Amino acid sequence: MRPNDVVVQTATKVLVFIILVFSVFMFFNGHHNPGGGFIGGLMTSSAVVLLMLAFDLDTVKRILPIDYKILIAVGLLIAVLTAVGSFLFGVPFLSHTFGYFTLPILGEVELATALLFDLGVYLVVVAVTLTIIQTIGEDR
Amino acid sequence: MHMINILIAPILIPLLTGTILLLIPKKITAQRTISIIAGIVLIAVNIFLVLDVYQNGIRTLELGGWTPPFGIVLVGDMLALLLVTTTSVLSLPVLLYSFRSIGREREKFYYYSFYYFLITGVSGAFITGDIFNLFVFFEVMLIASYILIVHGGTKVQLRESFKYVLVNVISSALFVGAVAYLYAVTGTLNMAHLSERIGSLDETVPILTVIAVMFLIVFGLKGALFPLYFWLPGSYAAPPPAIAAIFGALLTKVGIYSLFRTYSLIFVNDTAFTHTLLGILAGITMIAGVIGAIAHQDVFKILVYNVIVAVGYVLFGVSVLNDSGFNGAIFYLIHDMIIKAALFLLVGTLVFVAGTSKLKKMGGIIKYYPALGWMFFVAVMSLVGVPPLSGFIGKLLLIQGGANAGDYWLVATMMISSLLVLYSMIRIFLNGFFGKPTLERPDQFSTAKGLLWPSALLIALSVLVGLGAELLYPLVDIAATTLLQPEIYIEAVLKE
Repeated sequence: MRPNDVVVQTATKVLVFIILVFSVFMFFNGHHNPGGGFIGGLMTSSAVVLLMLAFDLDTVKRILPIDYKILIAVGLLIAVLTAVGSFLFGVPFLSHTFGYFTLPILGEVELATALLFDLGVYLVVVAVTLTIIQTIGEDR
Repeated sequence: MHMINILIAPILIPLLTGTILLLIPKKITAQRTISIIAGIVLIAVNIFLVLDVYQNGIRTLELGGWTPPFGIVLVGDMLALLLVTTTSVLSLPVLLYSFRSIGREREKFYYYSFYYFLITGVSGAFITGDIFNLFVFFEVMLIASYILIVHGGTKVQLRESFKYVLVNVISSALFVGAVAYLYAVTGTLNMAHLSERIGSLDETVPILTVIAVMFLIVFGLKGALFPLYFWLPGSYAAPPPAIAAIFGALLTKVGIYSLFRTYSLIFVNDTAFTHTLLGILAGITMIAGVIGAIAHQDVFKILVYNVIVAVGYVLFGVSVLNDSGFNGAIFYLIHDMIIKAALFLLVGTLVFVAGTSKLKKMGGIIKYYPALGWMFFVAVMSLVGVPPLSGFIGKLLLIQGGANAGDYWLVATMMISSLLVLYSMIRIFLNGFFGKPTLERPDQFSTAKGLLWPSALLIALSVLVGLGAELLYPLVDIAATTLLQPEIYIEAVLKE
């Protein structure tokens, strides 16, 4: 008989959103406070791992139809191309810049190109973690 | 296009290539095309950089615009760029050999991506001017090599990769420890700044000697120096020939290069102790390597032990600390990278056509594959250092350097071991290619179609290095001068 895991599944449905929001908060927070792409990425993947635990791999694959191996390449490309972007401005490789912008809802925010690099890190971390877990999990 | 960033190209091109190839794992034709184009572009850029440094002196790139010693700096001096160029030039024929030999299953499983990530790590380790960044590039190279050594997952590969990973994880931990000690003592990680701080000391500081020996252990483990070479014979004989060729040509050489760099630029505090130790270990490495090369009956094992002998030769040149010794070491390093790649490919082809790697079971192969046989003969002559070929000038300068420094025992050891290297390799030629034919009909042999000309390219390159030694010598001399006079390097990086 299959055990009834309704409590775990219901709790997960709530918790996953809290973890995801916190991981995004961590990701954006990295410039001035503890946080950043690495820990944000690990947390996002921990939310997905919780989904995998509460449901099963096939269900999670249906919810998130992503090839994580492609995502690794995309993350790497974002990080490298951010660094390559400095070529256009005649400054050394990996140079970063920042500026203050007024956005519709958020008001004045500081936007830095380091965030784009971090986005690459974030995607690679999420994708690598989930590739490892999914590959081991599928192996029967 | 601003020229300011050109020095990143030897790292950026393979990194981007590897990343793009991750996107199209199943499209083998596209993968091959992209990797060939990237290889050719890489060679062109590297040769351009060598010529540029020849004309205009050392080129540096301050990453992110942070001036050293606060940021990471890439330093393209002649030694680094010569080795990066050699890396790119020899990696293209090995890539072509992979097309024929590596097999569709492996190709579909990100083989070319990791091939290029390995080259990213090697190029980065050569070019960087920061000791912790060197560690990071070591890891890039090593993680790619972990994957390549186990790629395909045969039983012997799984067993040997386990040992290989274990040894390298330990040596990487030691590397971090050594860097931590060095940082605690000097307060900097930039190589030029380290050199300046240590060079300005009037007396020997014992802790720096201890750290120097710790780096000797770390790089000795990576570069297979006696008594730290025990992991190498098994793990280099496990993967397919194309992968073994790129390992034999590049991986140990990065360890040697790091010793070369640190022992000429940074650890000049107590050379009487450190360089004597290096000389003794280099001498024993030659002997230990050559004993292994003679003792084995397996053609791959014979060749793998010859990798260890070459480590001894180059480090002997580093230990003498004089002009001809350094010139010889650099010449021999470049020669050895090319010829080891060629020999691994040739021996791989030999094993493929003979169907066995046991010397006693093969024979008479020259009857069906004369080109393979004579190419192998030329490669062996070049390895040993017969005058018109590339091994000669390096060894001659090494002997000269050793004699100038008064290390006659080491010179004698080197000459005797050269003779024994010749014996170990010519044994393959006489028993494997001549000798009693074990297989009578040609259809018992596998076909070597397309496997020969990548090796032919490498041998042609080796012959060119030998014949064009006069053209190469000024470049090597600039590299050696920079190493002997760290002020040139420091001034180029710190711009005082």
